Amino acid sequence: MRIECPMCGSRDRREFYYQGAAVMLARPDPQAHEADWEAYLHLRENPAGPTRELWQHDGGCGAWLVVTRDTVSHQISDTQLAADVKRAMGKAS
Amino acid sequence: MVELKQTSPCAGLLPVTLGDVTMSELTPGQMTCLTAFGDPADLSAALERAHGMALPGPNRSSGKQGARCIWFGRGDVLLIGPAPDAALGAHAAVVDLSDAWATVSLKGAGAVDVLARLVPLDLREGHFKRGHTARSQVMHMQASVTRLASDEFMIMVFRSMAGTLVHDMKQAMAAVASRR
Ligand SMILES: [Zn+2]
Repeated sequence: MRIECPMCGSRDRREFYYQGAAVMLARPDPQAHEADWEAYLHLRENPAGPTRELWQHDGGCGAWLVVTRDTVSHQISDTQLAADVKRAMGKAS
Repeated sequence: MVELKQTSPCAGLLPVTLGDVTMSELTPGQMTCLTAFGDPADLSAALERAHGMALPGPNRSSGKQGARCIWFGRGDVLLIGPAPDAALGAHAAVVDLSDAWATVSLKGAGAVDVLARLVPLDLREGHFKRGHTARSQVMHMQASVTRLASDEFMIMVFRSMAGTLVHDMKQAMAAVASRR
């Protein structure tokens, strides 16, 4: 399995560390309702298909990435720097 | 009072020659991590004025032996050799890492074959040319690999892993030498 790092190029999976669903980027406001925080911390989708995840290129450039991976085929269709994704989220809101 | 003696990370371990490959320790002087505060172009201009080399982009290095700058990860470069000019501090976080890394040279026609056993990258010359650099792994250690010449690489790992680096490299060197 190979992952395309936007900084380093195509790299072996061993260089990467998996964190979890990319919903961690959408942190609720500190004043948000308890239910929003509970969902953010504890509730995750478990899709059979494409899912967006956070991976870190810890054995490489150190960047956090948003990786779109199909949980059925393990095919990776997209990788972006998490910093870029977060910046775009800020602009959109 | 005990008199402490300063030693290099690979003191007593190197140099080693097996077959046509020699691994030796490099003591390149001061090593400084630079992380731009704002526009990297401003840091690049300051680096050019102070040390005569531009800021290298991802996977590249600039300068030459004695005063070199290598890309060192997302947002970071490592200035190797000179003491950092004070003017750099206006454009970047300047952090002294001199004692944090073990730095070795792997030289010889078989050097690329030795690294092929340890590093999950295509380091052959057509793909990884002189001045190219990469953050990757040597076995399980986080490492920086830079091609210095057609037959020479610079490899850096955390100083605490110097012994493991020498051990793993010697094993790969012996395996390559036995097949020549
Ligand atoms: Zn990377």
